[in-house]
Amino acid sequence: MPTTLFDKVWDSHVVRRISSGPDVLFIDRHFIHEVTSPVAFLGLENRKLQVMYPGKTFATADHNTPTINQHLPVKDPLSANQLKALEMNSKKYGISHWGLGHARNGIVHVIGPENGITQPGMTIVCGDSHTSTHGAFGAIAFGIGTSEVEMVLSSQCIMQPKPKKMRITVNGKLGKGVTPKDVILYIISKLTAAGATGYFVEYAGEVFENMSMEGRMTVCNMSIEMGARGGIIAPDETTFTYLKGRELAPKGEAWDKALAYWKTLKTDDGATFDVEHNFKASDIEPMITYGTNPGMGLGISQHIPTAEQGSGKATYEKSLDYMGFHQEDEMLGKKVDYVFIGSCTNGRIEDFRAFASIVKGRKKADNVTVWMVPGSHIVEQQIKDEGILDILQEAGFELRQPGCSACLAMNDDKVPAGKYAVSTSNRNFEGRQGPGARTMLASPLVAAAAAVTGVVTDPRELIKD
Amino acid sequence: MAYDKFTVLKSTAVPMPIENVDTDQIIPARFLKATERKGFGDNLFRDWRYNSDGSPKKDFILNNPVYSGKILAGGKNFGSGSSREHAAWAIYDYGFRCVVSSFFADIFKNNSLNIGLLPVQVSAEFLDKIFKAIEADPKTEIEVNLPQQKITIIATGENESFEINGYKKENMINGYDDIDYLQAMKDDIQKFAGQSIY
Repeated sequence: MPTTLFDKVWDSHVVRRISSGPDVLFIDRHFIHEVTSPVAFLGLENRKLQVMYPGKTFATADHNTPTINQHLPVKDPLSANQLKALEMNSKKYGISHWGLGHARNGIVHVIGPENGITQPGMTIVCGDSHTSTHGAFGAIAFGIGTSEVEMVLSSQCIMQPKPKKMRITVNGKLGKGVTPKDVILYIISKLTAAGATGYFVEYAGEVFENMSMEGRMTVCNMSIEMGARGGIIAPDETTFTYLKGRELAPKGEAWDKALAYWKTLKTDDGATFDVEHNFKASDIEPMITYGTNPGMGLGISQHIPTAEQGSGKATYEKSLDYMGFHQEDEMLGKKVDYVFIGSCTNGRIEDFRAFASIVKGRKKADNVTVWMVPGSHIVEQQIKDEGILDILQEAGFELRQPGCSACLAMNDDKVPAGKYAVSTSNRNFEGRQGPGARTMLASPLVAAAAAVTGVVTDPRELIKD
Repeated sequence: MAYDKFTVLKSTAVPMPIENVDTDQIIPARFLKATERKGFGDNLFRDWRYNSDGSPKKDFILNNPVYSGKILAGGKNFGSGSSREHAAWAIYDYGFRCVVSSFFADIFKNNSLNIGLLPVQVSAEFLDKIFKAIEADPKTEIEVNLPQQKITIIATGENESFEINGYKKENMINGYDDIDYLQAMKDDIQKFAGQSIY
């Protein structure tokens, strides 16, 4: 029977099916960070349980870490306490720990792939909803809560009802200045912030086939922003080329064996999905959000829509009110106070290359504060090695140190109340980037255009042909 | 036993007819810095509930003494966004035992079930009836009957059945959690792990 990629991977990890209940799913890779793991470790202690397979869990510090002066003690005592707890718990149970200052430290969803920990066909979980990122490799990857972190630590399994299946196909060729971020923002704007709740999404079609691994990660990363449990893209030569030779990827014979299996990981012709959506690449322009959930996005040249009548009207008006925007406003020309490039969505080398391509030969706008935060030390090094840092510095920008930073503003990188940020991150919720902060989500190109002009600007006007 | 048992809950409810209430609103990231699970209820809906100087915002529902109870009724797509279980902890710690909405985000629903907070998904029409009933009388009582999978507005008798998978239902009624279950099947897991290629 023709089978979907999702079914192939899911079904091969079911340890037990409970009738009228969830599946017991075996987990191949488990990432932990300092914020959602401490209570899980406390739970282990209270129940006197051990970590069943410490070699399958990887710890990194990212959510709470400062992005300047990482060599100094962390100032915030609560943050320092969480970082210490992660270090001590990892040590106690024999878990690999890439803490602050480690050469491979960085955002969990950046370091997993770039070190070859993430591989096709795996089940991957982490106490972070953007774990969906790893689906770019043909893995089933999703975010979990702390109780589930405790389950994985103590039994390497979690209990999950199997989600329904959705396929989103985008065919055609993307236009000038249109990036993977715009593709996913466009999809979410069409499906809404809850449009894929209950589903696992496979992305298919020419646009994803022609996309780099960095781009695929950006797309899968934001699957959760339309409510999806996760997103998955069939592994192909792009995937295998990316993975080969990475630190923890299989080597030699093990590689050949793995590769033979990975090549079977695709949706068979004739396999069916519960829902299918089709979009045209040519309909997508550079995107930006105007509201307080990621579904409230539009093409950058468009005007904010008027509210639809119905139960959502009050919520819509509350959202625009928070943003200080009005129905039918034009987005182009709106004032920008802060620009943030980074996060597990757009904190990879390709994102900084894109940003630099616009910035090159221009200067930072005086009215804008720009935070540039690489996703990892490896990305940071690439930025330096490729000469991108020189371009950025000449234009008046500074590079900070890796971490989640202003994406969720748990550290000091907070956008002040009432200020507008163009951000390459993933959530424009009220207060997400600091209490009262107003976020417009966009691609690295749109962020760069805002950084050099000080207002919302169409990056296509700045791209050198 | 991992958490309090849940069978029948009869209580007034707090109405919050806002859609897409995300977990960043339920508990903002800056309050996730604890290494123990306690005190999260103090910061439930922090930025909707308090001004930046710490004074309560008068127009926010939790600050209105007219409304109280162990049931929180929220608009469509409740609990979207971040996977932070702290959101469910904060709601539970504040004193709620049940959240009613016409649609829940997946991770929030799982997290709630894992800590003994019952998510009850009702039709948009029934949710509207609940909001209207509370608007008419804030002392309106609602009964959530888990064994019968039924939610009733007591004053009018209007009711609706709700879904929950049989396994989770048993867990909630008995106060068991998944960790108890998984610990009991470790031999099977070990066998399975032995065959893994990763």
